[in-house]
Parts: sequence; C-alpha cells; structure tokens
Amino acid sequence: MKWITFRRMFSSGAKNFVRSGIVSFATVLIMVVTLGIISMLIFLSALLQQTLTAIEQKVDVSVYFVTTAAPSDIVAFQNKLKQLPQVAQITYTSRNDALSQFRARHANDQLTLQALNELGSNPLDASISILAKNPSQYDSIVKFLNTGPALSANGTSIIDRINYAQNKTVINRITFAIGATQKIGIGIALIFALASIIIAFATVRLVIYTSRDEITVMRLVGASNAYIRGPFIITGVIAGVMAALIVLLLLIPITWYIGGETTLWFGGFNFFLYYRQHAVYIASIIIGAGFFLGSTASFIAIRRYLTA
Amino acid sequence: MIYFEKVSKIYNSDKVPALEDITLSIKPKEFVSIVGHSGAGKTTLLKMLIAEEKPTTGSIFFESANIHELPRAQMYKYRRKIGMIFQDFRLIPHKTAYENISFAMEAAGKPDEDIASDVPHILELVDLSEKANHFPRQLSGGEQQRVAIGRAIINQPDVIVADEPTGNLDPMNAYEIVQILQKINEFDTTVLVATHNKGVVDLVGRRVITMERGKIIRDDESGGYVL
Repeated sequence: MKWITFRRMFSSGAKNFVRSGIVSFATVLIMVVTLGIISMLIFLSALLQQTLTAIEQKVDVSVYFVTTAAPSDIVAFQNKLKQLPQVAQITYTSRNDALSQFRARHANDQLTLQALNELGSNPLDASISILAKNPSQYDSIVKFLNTGPALSANGTSIIDRINYAQNKTVINRITFAIGATQKIGIGIALIFALASIIIAFATVRLVIYTSRDEITVMRLVGASNAYIRGPFIITGVIAGVMAALIVLLLLIPITWYIGGETTLWFGGFNFFLYYRQHAVYIASIIIGAGFFLGSTASFIAIRRYLTA
Repeated sequence: MIYFEKVSKIYNSDKVPALEDITLSIKPKEFVSIVGHSGAGKTTLLKMLIAEEKPTTGSIFFESANIHELPRAQMYKYRRKIGMIFQDFRLIPHKTAYENISFAMEAAGKPDEDIASDVPHILELVDLSEKANHFPRQLSGGEQQRVAIGRAIINQPDVIVADEPTGNLDPMNAYEIVQILQKINEFDTTVLVATHNKGVVDLVGRRVITMERGKIIRDDESGGYVL
C-alpha cells in the first residue's frame, strides 16, 4: 500500500472518530467494559496462581529422628537426600532448636511451659524438612525414605516418623479446592469477557450499519474496497486503543484501593504491587486486545457492505 | 460509447419487468434526458449503467467493455469514469463540502498538490467557495446538490449520470443545476439525466428518451417533454 493512501486512510479514520462524537464515545465505553473484564481476568488468574504457589510452598516432608540418633548419622542421611534430583532444599532443626522454637511458640502458655520443665529433659526430636522441586515429587521422596536409607552404625533406623501422610490429605484437598476455584472463576470471567466482546462487536457493527449509505456513496464515486475499509478499521483501532488506555489509567486507583484493603485477606497478594510489577505485560495484553477488538470488529462488520 | 443490448430486469418480488428488452445507444458528448412517470424504469436504467444493479438478461457496454463482466477488482476503476448525481445528494455527512469533493480525488489516488489546486477551482465553478468548510447539514438543498455535482465532475469523468437532480429543489435552484450540467456538457462530457421535470427537459432541448412500464416508447433527437 502506498504511504499516501495509508496517510489518507489514517487521517480520514481519525477525523471520523472525532466527528462521530457520541457514537465514538459509546463505542469506547463498551470497549472499556470489555477490556475491564479482560483485565479482571488477568488479576484473577494471577491471584489464584499466587495462592496455589503459596500453598504448594507450604507443603514439605518432615522427617523426625529418634532421640538417640547421632548427629553424624543425621548428617550422612542429609547428604544422601541431597543427591536426590527431586530435592530442592533441606532444613535441619536440631533438638535444641526444636525446644527453643517450642518455647518461643508457647511463650504465653505458662501451663505448657511448666509441664515441659517438669519433664526435666528435652522430649523433642531433631528433624529435617524436605522441600521438593515440584509438589508431585513428594511421593517419590517418601518412597525413598520408606526404603530405609537412614540407619545408625548398629543397623537400626534413626527415623522416628515421617509426617507426609497426615499432611497429604489436607494439602490435596486445598490444592483441589484452589484448582476448582481457579477453573470456575476463570470460566465465569471468560463467559463475561466473551459476552462483552460480542456486545463490543455488535456496537461496532451498529456504527458501521449507520454508515451503510455512506459506504455505497464511496463505492459509487470510485473508491476501492480497501480504501473504503481502511478508515473504518482505523476508527475501530482508535476506539479500541483509547479504551485500553482508559482501562490502564483506571486500574491505577482501583488496584491501589483494592490492594490496600485486601492484601491481608488475599494472603499477601497486593493488586497494586502486582500491577506495578507487571505493568508492561498487562499494558501489552490490554492494548493488544483493544487493537484486535477494534480492527477485527470493524473488518467483519464492513465486509458485508463491500460485496459488489 | 454506451450501448444497452436487449436489457431486461425483473426483480424477484415483481411480476412486471422493471426494464424490458431495452436497446439503446448513447454517443460521446450527448446530453440525454430520460423522462417518464414514477416506476417507468428510469432509475433502474441508470443503476444498470453504474453497475449498482445487474440485468436479468442482456448486456451493457461502456466503450468496448461489458460492464457486468468486469472483475470486482476493476469495478471501482470503471466507476471513476462516471460521475453520479442523486436526487437526495448522498453526501458524506461528517465531511465538509471541500472534503466531500476531495474524497473522490483521494480515492482515485490523486496527489495532494492536484487536490489542493483542483478542489478550490471546482468549488468556485459551483459557486461554493465561501462554504467550503460547511458540513452538508449546514447547506441548503441547492448547495448540497452543487457539492454533489462538484464531486461528480472533479475526476473529469467521461459521463455524468444524474438521477432526478432537481427533484428536491425549488425552481430557481433547479434552473441553476441544469445550467451547470449544460456547462459540463459543453466541455465534452456526456450527460444523462433522468427526470420528470418538464421545465428541465424543455430548457435543455436536446435528445429525449421517453420510458413507460420498463420500455422505451419514444426517442427524439431534439425534443421536449411529451408524455
């Protein structure tokens, strides 16, 4: 396409947008709603993903050692575990550390502390917590632990108990609930997004329908189909991109307010912080969606008037 | 130049043909008035010529080309050879008088310099220089029709086709429009006017084709309005 033709199409499309006034305003408004719902979808997906990741990170396998386990045996066992490809991190808690943590945890519970003091010796076991690289790998780690790799010098097991089985059911339930919420939430948001995209398409179609006589005149004065189509697509793109910019601007106060009010409620997920950290990513999706929505809706709507 | 060969048109919903077996030849530089009552087939005839309607049977030739066999990609180039004027003006509402005229040049890919020199000249010709920046809603009926004429002639077409150009105008404005059309014809442009305005036909005093119920019933080389 010649530069002069593109320039004329752009200039004509921009003028049409400005001169159509209230019609352009209505189109932008509808697109703001559509793109607003799409941005909600982005935040919802991020929130659910972060919650899922946070829960996944809370899953670990804790191995408690018998009180008679020698530190050298525990270190040897840790070294064996480190060689497993599934293991991401191992944290050792000695008996003394466990006791200090217990005391700190129950600092306000004098009855428990008193009972502990009366025991005379440290009843707590040393333990290690194992973090897998992927939650699905815990089963294979537990399988390894059950093969009896932790033996003392005299051949007895130094492992007292492994707590994975108790946690597993609860963790699985929470993971399932989050997964289901993610699917349902995103499903509902997708339905809303789809509905609003259809409304946006219908609005653009209506706008072009009102211009059908004008399109006929353009054809009769000898304009090619591409030359007629161009300004309408430009007008659609301007409406889409303008709507995207409005949404991106509106998101600043909205996420700031919601972020301040709900960060604790959403387990540390701050909408405003997320928006700030992912501004380029969100802006590209919203502007891209606005561009696509405006151009595609115009292209499809005008096609039927350019048949002859 | 223009040749209708046994052209008939039957719309699906009608039993009576809109056009029936029309054979007609128009030479270059002619000024032809097509007259007849409403529903006689005048507008259908013109729509066939600008390829807005297809004939049911028969062919229409512009120079040597059968216009209804032109590929779709060539149609807009053919339409640039014809300047069209309508009873209801059909201006683009959100473009000014200047832009309505320049649009036809822009669509034809004319350079900016040509547009900048030709459009003011045409506005002057149709006596609208002072209203170049007015939108159609700010112009009277006569002024709107003069913009439409400006748009029709800006690309120096071979033929001007006017469908009831004075239909919405008072006698004074109608007279002015006919004078402009005559002036265009003096510059060797073929003019076809469909009208049932007796005054227009008598004023022009050139070839008159009379239609009735889709047929040509009279073709006078130099005549007046007779029904």
